[in-house]
Amino acid sequence: MDISLILENWQLFAMGLWNTIWLVTVSLIVGGLLALPLAMSQAFNVPIAGRISYWFSYSFRGTPLLVQLYLIYYGLGQFDFIRESFLWVFLKNAYVCALIAFSLNSAAYASEIIRGAICQVPKNLIETAHAMGMSEFQVIRRIILPIAYRRSIFAYSNEVIFMLHGSVLASTITIIDLLGAGRKLNISYYVTFEGFVTAAVLYMAIVFLISMGFRVIEKKYAIDR
Amino acid sequence: MDVLIEYLPSVLGGLWTTIGLALTSLALAVFFGIVGASCKLSHSWALQTAGGLYTTLIRGVPDLVLMLLLFFGGQIAINELGFATGLWGYIEISPFLAGSFTIGFIFGAYMTETFRGAFLAIPKGQIEAAQALGIPSSSYLRRIIWPQIIPHALPNFTNNWLVLMKTTALVSIIGLQDLVYNANQAGRASREPFLFLMVSFIVFLLLTMLSDVGLRSLSRRYSHKSGE
Amino acid sequence: MKKTLTLVAASALTLMAGLAQAQETTIRWGTEPGYKPFTYKDADGNLTGFDVDIGEAICAELNAECVWVEQDWDGLIPALQARRFDGILASMSITEDRSRVVDFTRPYYVETSQFLGPIDKNYTDDESLNGKSVGVLRGSIQADFIAGARPELVVTEYPSNEEIYLDMIAGRIDIAFVGSIATELGFLASDDGKPFALFGEHYADPEYFGDGVGIAMRKSDAELRDKISQAILTIRENGTYAEINDRYFSFDIWGQ
Repeated sequence: MDISLILENWQLFAMGLWNTIWLVTVSLIVGGLLALPLAMSQAFNVPIAGRISYWFSYSFRGTPLLVQLYLIYYGLGQFDFIRESFLWVFLKNAYVCALIAFSLNSAAYASEIIRGAICQVPKNLIETAHAMGMSEFQVIRRIILPIAYRRSIFAYSNEVIFMLHGSVLASTITIIDLLGAGRKLNISYYVTFEGFVTAAVLYMAIVFLISMGFRVIEKKYAIDR
Repeated sequence: MDVLIEYLPSVLGGLWTTIGLALTSLALAVFFGIVGASCKLSHSWALQTAGGLYTTLIRGVPDLVLMLLLFFGGQIAINELGFATGLWGYIEISPFLAGSFTIGFIFGAYMTETFRGAFLAIPKGQIEAAQALGIPSSSYLRRIIWPQIIPHALPNFTNNWLVLMKTTALVSIIGLQDLVYNANQAGRASREPFLFLMVSFIVFLLLTMLSDVGLRSLSRRYSHKSGE
Repeated sequence: MKKTLTLVAASALTLMAGLAQAQETTIRWGTEPGYKPFTYKDADGNLTGFDVDIGEAICAELNAECVWVEQDWDGLIPALQARRFDGILASMSITEDRSRVVDFTRPYYVETSQFLGPIDKNYTDDESLNGKSVGVLRGSIQADFIAGARPELVVTEYPSNEEIYLDMIAGRIDIAFVGSIATELGFLASDDGKPFALFGEHYADPEYFGDGVGIAMRKSDAELRDKISQAILTIRENGTYAEINDRYFSFDIWGQ
């Protein structure tokens, strides 16, 4: 292990770290926003939308993220009508492809977590709320969602870590994320360990910070797990 | 349609690699899981720490990073060790072995938590009672504990298997010719990447659905048994 | 617990026993199959190409059995050092940088590098390329050259040449900087390659591009390296090389 080599190339790893962090953050936000309607349409058995949400979520959870990413990056680029449309301005960019794949994947998992939590909200609580004269909308907004969110926190912390783990696939479509930086260092200096070990250590540090963060949140909000 | 027929045998040939790899990895994961859980549940401080380090490491480092490290680094380490000790000349680790070992090692950590959780779910009183009755530990482990661990572990086990199966796709990055690798190659060669990637997408989806159905009927059987 | 640990160790060893002890008479070549016509896969998924035929000819000359191992380009040198294979037969140029970590056999052909771009854009090889996005193979001589000599270009690095061509067709990159023979006869000869052409100078500056294309070997394998160098000369002299050359090219690529 040549530590000086790693230190000399700190800028490469800083760039990789930054790309990893913002890719994961934006994907989680977009995924989270998509997850709510996906979860609600399933939990409340909305006709058609509920079925579509179910199959979307099932198929994105049932297939490898790598295949989803390749489908968007390599697959869509094959069609002339896509390449000639305005969409190509975005899809042309590897970062956009990664964001789309990661967001959809995260939405599928997050929606399953929220759906499960909604279904577990005690029935009598909902009935009581109705009896007190709350409207359907109020029950959802004031009773069901707050409870569901709190119950989801623990499972969601795992999803955040899995998203971080999954984000390394960005390096397979030319993006220099943290793993990409490690691979670039290895190939530039023909070394085997330095790049991968540095990336591994930095990933562990991020996971540690995420776990710490969620522990604080859980202490504050989570209820009986 | 012609391209599909032309390349389909090669793509589906990769499917066997994927399934073989997934099953081998699962066996290794169960093995590592039992070892890991035994460590974490033992009374020895050193073993507990080792078990803790194992699960923390796997949770902290993305699977692909570990795979690349073990795939390249592991082989160098093994051969350097062989040279240093003079015990073996040089040994080749096939991508299949490296892949199944890495995936088995990674999911061993998740299995560790699964088995540990299932073990802890068994009321302590049962073990104490068995000990009080003078039943030897090998016998109560086999007769009393294991039959109870299985239904407790099954939901998490199922989940681990489903994730493991999808993780096998990563071996395509280290050059193992699995379903994804062959689909990707066929897509490039025929300039129809969408078609062949979609094939692999659907095949994975079918594998997931099949596992879902199979394992659900298994869990029904077990819960039925324990309810008797 | 001790028992368990012994068990772990024992099983680990059995596992490694699956590992084949390599025989003297086997030469394992590492290659990256995205470089038509040098190394590529036919529709049945079989490895084929000029490099592959040369490898087979060398094995035949040395009475050895050839085994082929596929590997992404940037994993080739680490995998060689990890003893995954004995030589890299993947159109790898002999450069000073690489020679610090691996040894090369004598060159078995010579190639130059050129820019590749869409014909209708009429690009020329000068400052008009300023700010254009260029695709190169990660860890290649072409990547080193662009980084060192053409910093005004925006670089995207790819794990294989196939992926450069795919993104060139898709329009994700404006131009690419690639090996000229492989591009001319591989990509440009295909239907998808019709709208594109190589343009500008043939780059061959030894500072970046080295001294021809050779087979990379571990530093500790000097004996095998010399045998292979000799075998390359032998097949060149006895006509086997010309025969293989004519399967793929209309001119002699030996170039020395």
